[in-house]
Amino acid sequence: NSGVLSLLRPLLLDVVPTIQQTAALALGRLANYNDALAEAVVKGNILPHLVCSLSEQNRFYKKAAAFVLRAVGKHSPQLAQAIVQCGALEMLVICLEDFDPGVKEAASWALGYIARHNSELSQAVVDAGAVPLLVLCIQEPEIALKRIAASTLSDISKHSPELAQTVVDAGAIAHLAQMILNPDAKLKRQVLSALSQIAKHSVDLAELVVEAEIFPVVLTCLKDSDEYVKKNGATLIREIAKHTPELSQLIVNAGGVAAVIDCIGSCRGTVRLPGIMMLGYVAAHSENLSMAVIVSKGIPPLCACLIEEHEDHIKAAAAWALGQVGRHTPEHARAVAVANVLPTLLAMYMDTRSSEDLQMKATLKSILQKCTYLPALEPLLHDAPPNIMKHIVGQFSKVLPHDSKARRLFVTTGGLKKVQEIKAEPGSLLQEYINTINSCYPEEIVR
Amino acid sequence: MAALARLQTRLSGLREEYFRRKRSVFEIRKIEYKAAIKIQSWFRGCRVRAYLRYLNKRVIFIQKWWRGYQSRRYFRKMVETAYFIMKMNFYNEMAVRIQKRWRGYYVRKYIHNYYALKKYLEAISVNNEIVRNELQQYAEMKEKEEKRKDIEKKEKEKKHQARKMHYLLSTEKIAGIYNSPFRKSPDPMELLLRKSKPLSHRQQQMKSPFAYELYDWPTCKRPPTFSTAQPLPPIGRQKPQGPFRDTAEVLQQRYKPLEPTLRVAASINSPLEKAREEMKKEEWRNCIHDNEFLPFSSYHKNEKYDPSIHRSVKYGQETYGIKHFREVQPQKWVADKVSHCIF
Repeated sequence: NSGVLSLLRPLLLDVVPTIQQTAALALGRLANYNDALAEAVVKGNILPHLVCSLSEQNRFYKKAAAFVLRAVGKHSPQLAQAIVQCGALEMLVICLEDFDPGVKEAASWALGYIARHNSELSQAVVDAGAVPLLVLCIQEPEIALKRIAASTLSDISKHSPELAQTVVDAGAIAHLAQMILNPDAKLKRQVLSALSQIAKHSVDLAELVVEAEIFPVVLTCLKDSDEYVKKNGATLIREIAKHTPELSQLIVNAGGVAAVIDCIGSCRGTVRLPGIMMLGYVAAHSENLSMAVIVSKGIPPLCACLIEEHEDHIKAAAAWALGQVGRHTPEHARAVAVANVLPTLLAMYMDTRSSEDLQMKATLKSILQKCTYLPALEPLLHDAPPNIMKHIVGQFSKVLPHDSKARRLFVTTGGLKKVQEIKAEPGSLLQEYINTINSCYPEEIVR
Repeated sequence: MAALARLQTRLSGLREEYFRRKRSVFEIRKIEYKAAIKIQSWFRGCRVRAYLRYLNKRVIFIQKWWRGYQSRRYFRKMVETAYFIMKMNFYNEMAVRIQKRWRGYYVRKYIHNYYALKKYLEAISVNNEIVRNELQQYAEMKEKEEKRKDIEKKEKEKKHQARKMHYLLSTEKIAGIYNSPFRKSPDPMELLLRKSKPLSHRQQQMKSPFAYELYDWPTCKRPPTFSTAQPLPPIGRQKPQGPFRDTAEVLQQRYKPLEPTLRVAASINSPLEKAREEMKKEEWRNCIHDNEFLPFSSYHKNEKYDPSIHRSVKYGQETYGIKHFREVQPQKWVADKVSHCIF
């Protein structure tokens, strides 16, 4: 800010092309470093100079100019808006039509950073006619160009369904689907991210993505050595599975559940989160699907996530997924209870430090209301708070009148004694349950 | 006379009596008239009442009969409806039993088919196993690939090193570093050195100028090379003596790449010929006959008409009503000529 910008500005209009290019490069690096400098670049009215003579210049100048636009546009939406207002988008689109792949890459990178901020800017980028050119860029042989073009498409389509539809109408899905097989890990990241941003908006878009025959190829991405490829692959499958039961059914039939479960087991940290949510969505749609999740040995990894992870939101997601698996019928609840996860859930619920108690409560309630597996309910009797105790005792009162062995077990393990110690208001539901339990036993035992 | 006197004495009273009698009759007449009226009216009343009673009885009889008829009709209808309802209830019951059985069957077989669900879950487990195996194989294959690439890279490195250090090879008299006389057999490096060709100097400069990643370019770790296509001539070389041309020029001329003209670059079967061939093929294909088209009817004047098969054969359409369809030749018939037995 020692007047460098005012010195660089006339150099941009110099006769020698090398000086122009180097001046543009310098401006770009300055703007890249700091958003205050980027604002100064915008205020210094430099952008119109850059943009006006772009179409006649050679490729190095175009690359440098696109670099400057990218550096300015990445800091905040207001700066990106300033870039759009000075008519830079048309110039960037002209750069996209250039022959040199470096120029195309720089232009699409700049467009990507502009479109990233919000949906108005994305709409402006789309209105400038960038999307068909980006789809052409994806088909180019250079890997770096493909990566950047895929990431730009992903940024455009993430804001709204209409933008995603525009990207789909340009025929992007077929090319993106072919590139899933590419061995380059960073390219796969971007491609999977683009497909998941398209598929997340509506059922039709998700069906279009599925029709591009990504299954079962996507499952190989879940075994990739790169963590983020696994994460984006799991995100894509999650976005497809969450819309309808039929799509989830398709994923289950293709063996997707097994792949995701293995993926969860092999990762640590936030990379697991999309996989956990995917299992939750699949299990939430219907009881057959949730039974499919159980049969594919989905519960042990979810319990492991619940116990091992430190972040609250991952634990909450794991608890939610377990709740969706276990809430349908007594069979499902039994499968969840056998995995010995109910005490962990209860402990987390009662832990005053955790902020996710709402989800825990709903999870616990939904599982407990269907659980008839008494050995798993016994330990909960001793620690539960009153609002959970109501459900536990309710379940006991439903099962004990019919099962004599369970009654004997209940007495010997001290459950009956514990039930007597519970104080409940007469006339409340809890009291009714306690009365039902007491009426199963002869008087002398119920001291 | 006495009677007369008597009568005369009574006469005065007679008049009064006569008057009285007439008067009383007059009054009595009223009373009697009223009495008679009363009696008559009472009697008439009795008669009318009797008549009414009689009518009443008859009417009651009719109404009784009519009401009985109506109620019996109504009763019959009620019985019919009750019977109908009973029948319908019965049918409903039976229909419910059938529907119960059918619905249970249908739901168990098609909607909540337990066995199908079980099979489906088993199939899913099997499929999962397959998928897991395949993914495992894929992961292993990738790992092997990576290892192989690593090994290859190391090999290449080693070979390159060996080529660079070729001078360390041992000679007949002097043993090299890797061929110590105290060893039983030479070191593997020695064997490598023996196998490798020495590296020439020029090849060491053969790194491509565009090898760096494109996206590192602006945040540049290297100064940007707006490079020219030609390699620069080596510094400090002695200019060869004599009227030789500049080396760079000579090399450029010698190794100028071929830039053929469009005519040369295009194939011998240039597109024009190819299109013509195409057209000829199409014409040959679509030709139905070889007869030339003669435009005026005068060309067809002397042509004979070729009738169609239907007209050129005598087995045409017979007139309606013909009963025989075969050719008959009555002169060949023998049956009526034979008049005597042949045997």
